[in-house]
This record gives sequence, structure tokens and C-alpha cells, in this order.
Amino acid sequence: MSKLNYDEIRDWYVSNFNTFENNLNGSLDVPFHKVRKSAIAKFEELGFPARRHEEWKYTNITPLLKEKLPLAGKSDRFSAADLAAYTFEGLEKNLLVFVNGQYSKELSNYKNTVDGVIIENLASALKNHSDLIADSLSQYANYDDEAFVALNTAYANDGLFIYVPDNAEVEAPLHLLHLSDSNDGAFFSNTRHLIVAGKNSRLKVVESHHGIGDAICFNNFVSEVVVMDNARVDHVKLQDEHSAAYHIYNLQAHQEKESVYSLVNIDIGGKLTRNNLNVALKAEHCEGHLIGFYMGSKKQHIDNHTAIDHAMPNCYSNEIYKGILGGKASGVFNGKIFVREDAQKTNAYQDNKALLLSDDAKVNTKPQLEIFADDVKCSHGATVGQLDEEAIFYLRSRGIPKEKAQSMMQYAFASDVFEYIPIESVREKIDHTIFERFKTL
Amino acid sequence: MITIKDLHASVEGNQILNGLTLEVKPGEVHAIMGPNGSGKSTLANVLAGREDYEIDGGEVTFNGQDLLEMGPEDRAREGLFLAFQYPVEIPGVSNVNFLKTAVNEIREYRGEEKMDAMEFLAYIREKMKLVEMDEKFLSRSVNEGFSGGEKKRNEIFQMAVLEPKLAVMDETDSGLDIDALKIVANGVNKMRGQDRSFIVITHYQRLLNYIVPDVVHVLVDGKIVESGDKDLALRLEAQGYDWVKGEQAAATV
Repeated sequence: MSKLNYDEIRDWYVSNFNTFENNLNGSLDVPFHKVRKSAIAKFEELGFPARRHEEWKYTNITPLLKEKLPLAGKSDRFSAADLAAYTFEGLEKNLLVFVNGQYSKELSNYKNTVDGVIIENLASALKNHSDLIADSLSQYANYDDEAFVALNTAYANDGLFIYVPDNAEVEAPLHLLHLSDSNDGAFFSNTRHLIVAGKNSRLKVVESHHGIGDAICFNNFVSEVVVMDNARVDHVKLQDEHSAAYHIYNLQAHQEKESVYSLVNIDIGGKLTRNNLNVALKAEHCEGHLIGFYMGSKKQHIDNHTAIDHAMPNCYSNEIYKGILGGKASGVFNGKIFVREDAQKTNAYQDNKALLLSDDAKVNTKPQLEIFADDVKCSHGATVGQLDEEAIFYLRSRGIPKEKAQSMMQYAFASDVFEYIPIESVREKIDHTIFERFKTL
Repeated sequence: MITIKDLHASVEGNQILNGLTLEVKPGEVHAIMGPNGSGKSTLANVLAGREDYEIDGGEVTFNGQDLLEMGPEDRAREGLFLAFQYPVEIPGVSNVNFLKTAVNEIREYRGEEKMDAMEFLAYIREKMKLVEMDEKFLSRSVNEGFSGGEKKRNEIFQMAVLEPKLAVMDETDSGLDIDALKIVANGVNKMRGQDRSFIVITHYQRLLNYIVPDVVHVLVDGKIVESGDKDLALRLEAQGYDWVKGEQAAATV
């Protein structure tokens, strides 16, 4: 295939939308369809971001634009027995599985036990709860200047809708397992999650991402999370996709009065990852945590763009990002903190650290604080370093082999991040996976 | 135990050890004294296998094996222990995890069963008594925020846990007050035995009042210039290193 330019490939995704529409069948009359049409028009206007785009300076998506990728098809390659590798102890009965962006009823294992709680895949929820969804879907994740959000809004027809009514608590953490299979060829998938946590409600969500196959998977996600007054949502995201995956993930969290939202975001797989993680503290006394860890080797690229918007007074945000890169891997951390004029008494903390294990690994890190209020407490720090050779010698001199000494040091660097994972079995499995993975760096 | 023959070593192109020869037999305690820059710490680091040091000549045989061919971890597994002059702080690695990993790596190397958490805790508690260590210390990160004295005590504690055949103590007395010095010396003395040897490197004679050596060597310009019994240390203390240097100068004329 000849080299395509940005316009040609953009036009392909725009024209392909007609095919997508024709396959929607009965869904054309849901109110959301109007939003889709406006989103694809916006995408046509924006096109894919090129390197000259300020927010895409260090992340090159041209490999993704070399082929006209068709929409994802079904895959039957995963059986219930395969899932054991991906599940977490104690969460097997709260499992919602998505294959190539489509909900899989067969692989999922979930029964709702809380009155008023809705946990339903988006494709059917768009029909069954169209009013409830219309209140929130695409109300938070703005596609006006985000091409990937526009694309997802136009194309996404599945994902998960979680609605927790006021005062309800979903005690058992939900596990959203995303699997990709590109053995039948490259594809483009869009998954859309909408989480609405009513006043004074409680919810824990763990999402994980894995895949198989050699052909390109262009996995484009958008999640909107609404956390109402005094609610608490704990969110864990583990991205451990296969080496052919391009993982683009836009998150928009919206917090109301005295709410808590915590995201622990872990990227250890995929070929190219771009996370845009936005948390808006829209009322007083909110608490937002953005915690992250990333690890890459070979030519992996991991880009985390985060933004915390302090719109109102007396909110607290806590952001910690740590990364370990070896081989020719590259990383990007861009951490924006906005403190609006009204947001007096803001307390914002940001720290990001990267460890480079090879001469060819690199990271571009940029804390970006924009403060318009005058009575605030904001601190940020950024460091890039290498493993402490003295410490490695010290460990070796006690009989610990070099490779294990390095793993211990890497673990020591990263482990405080894992402490933020609120579910023990999830923390232990991720912790163990990462410790074992250190050897491959 | 260990035989060092005509050892030459340099760091960053500077020759530090100039034909050092030394033999330590099982059960013996040798003290190595010498002025600043004489090569004391270089000797300790070369024996432990630090990679910044270049071996330019000579040989070191440890229990019949060529020590210089081994990586630092294998030297430790074969029973060599270095008590660091400047113990390294390792934030995020707890003492208990560190020691359990070390003990089990060594046991595995020797074909012994690994210790489980319970066994290990019982074992380590016994060793803590030896250097009067507080239990709270186990969960703390290795040497992080430790005072100078605590760090040195931690070295001796590690020595007790790993039960080496040969312990090289690199200026363990520096920075210790008299009480800490006594605790450290007491720990070492309890570990003395006919199968275990010590090389005690020190600048001052003070430590040797508590750890009484079988042999005292004087290291000057990377070579042992004088050896004797414990009285040699007292003489050095009284007369200073210029005395040996002078004697050496006279001998080379």
C-alpha cells in the first residue's frame, strides 16, 4: 500500500462512517445518533493530530495512518478457560468482557444485586435507558478539539454503562476486561464507557486491556466518569496490550461537591499508548487522585497527558507518576494543573519521576501549572534518573544476583504507586506481574 | 582461607595496590592499618568485587578458588562478606525483604532449602540480639535515615545473618561512639571461631582494644611493609605512620 497522507486517511474514516451507520440497524433513531453525526463532522474538520500540534509534539501516530483500517469484527478465539490468565482473584463473578470493542455476553459473568444499579453494555443501554444516557453521554468528554474523542463519539456503539443511584454502594469491584484479537487482520475499534455515580454512592472499577495477534489494533477508548456529591469512585486501569496495539484512551472525570475520584493507571504493554486523563473538580471540597506507573522496553512509546482542573475552592488533588524505560522505549509525561480564579485554598500536589535503564531510552516530561488564584498551595517535582549502581553493588555483595538486584531497585522505585490500588488481589497480581516483567527491560 | 599474592590494582588509571601479599588462615583475625591513601579501602573493595577497580596483576585464592574470577554475588555466596565503610541507603527496600532475599539466594546456591517467612523471622530475631537491634528496624528501608552508628551496626547485623567464612571490615569503627563501638566489637567477638576469619581494616588502634587481632599489618603505598602481633598497633598509635615509612625508606636505600 502506498503511503497515505493525513487528509486521505481522514477521509477514509469519514467515508467509512456511512458503512457504520448502515450497520447500526435500529439504533439510528436513538437520540444519540445526532451526536454521532456532529462528532464525525467535527472529526472531518480536525483530522488526525500531526507532530506540529503542540499536544502531540512527542508522539508520532503516522504508523497508525499507513493503512485504511476497517472496523473491528468479531473474534471467537477467546474461551472462558483463557480468561483465567486475565482475571483477578475474587473478581471473577463481577466480570464484564469486551472483545474487539464489543461486549461479550458469553464470556462475561455478572449478576447485579443492588437495587436501582444499572450495569449494561452500551449498545443495549442506548435503547433501554436512552433518557438516562442522554443526560450524560458525551456531555463531559468534549470532542471539539480532540480528534480521537470525536472519532470515538461517532463510531462507538458498545462499552459499558454503569449507573449507581444516590446512596447505593456497589460493594464488589467490577472488572472490565478488554481483549483484542488481530489474528484476522488489522482493525479499528471504539469502546465507550459511561460511569455515573449518584450522590453518596460508592463504586470500584478495575479495567484491564490485553490482546493477541500481529496485525495492528487501533483501540480508541473514551470513558466519562461522573462523580456526584459525596460519592467515591475508585478506578484502576491496567494496560497490558500486545505489541501490535495502539492504545488511545481519553478519560473525562467530572466531580461534584465533596466527592472523591481516584485513578491508578498502569501502562506496561502496547506498541504506542496515549492517555489523555482529565479530571475536573467542579465543586468545593473534592479530592482527585491521578496515580500512574508506566514501563516500556524495545521501541514502546507511552504518553500520559494529564489535566486536573481546579474550578472551585477548597479542593485537593494528588498526582504521582512514575516510569521505567529500557531499550529504545520512549515516554511522555505532561501534567497540567489549572487553578481557576475562583479556586482559592486549592491544594495541588504533583510529582513525576522516570528511571532510564539504557542510553537509548528517553522521556519528555513537562509539568504545566496555570494558576489564576492567589491563595493556593501547589507543588510539583520532576526527576529523571538511572539505577543507583552503588546500591546494586551493595545488594550483590550480599549474594543477590545482579538481575534480581536490579529488579529489587526498580520495584523500590515504583512500589509506592501500587499501594494506591485499593483492591488487594488486584494490587498483588499487578505487583507480581510487574516485578516479573522487570527482567525483560 | 584467603591468599593474596602480589596484588596490583588501580582505579581510574591510578595505581593503588602495588604488590600486596597476605595470607589469612581459618580462625585468624588480621588487622590492616595504614595512613590515608595507603590502599586500605581499595583492598576491601577489590576483595568484594567492585567493578570500578582494575586488577593489574597478582592473584587471590579464596578457599581454593580464584576469587578475582567471581562476580560480587558469587563471592558472597562462597562466604565472603564486606562490611562497608559507607553503607548504602536503599529507599523502598525493607531490611527484612533484603535479608530474606540474600539469605535464600545464598542457601539456594549452597543447595540448601529456602527459609519460609516464619523460619526466617525466628532466625533473624536471634541474630538481632547479637547487635542489640530493635525489631522496628526490620520494616524500615535499608539504611535509610539511619545514623552513622546505626548503619555500622546494620553491617555487623548483616554479617551475623549471612554467617560468612571471611569478613572484611572496612573502617567499621569510623564514626562510632564508644558504646556503639563496644556493641559492634562484641558482636564480632561472638562470631569468632576456628572456621571464620576476619580482616579488620582500621585507621586507629582503638577498635583493636576490643577486637584483639592475631596479626597486625601496616599498609603503606599499596604494600604491606610491616607485620607483627597486636603490639605493633600500639606502637603505631604511639609513634605514627612516619616511623614505618621512615624504616621503609631506609630499607630501600
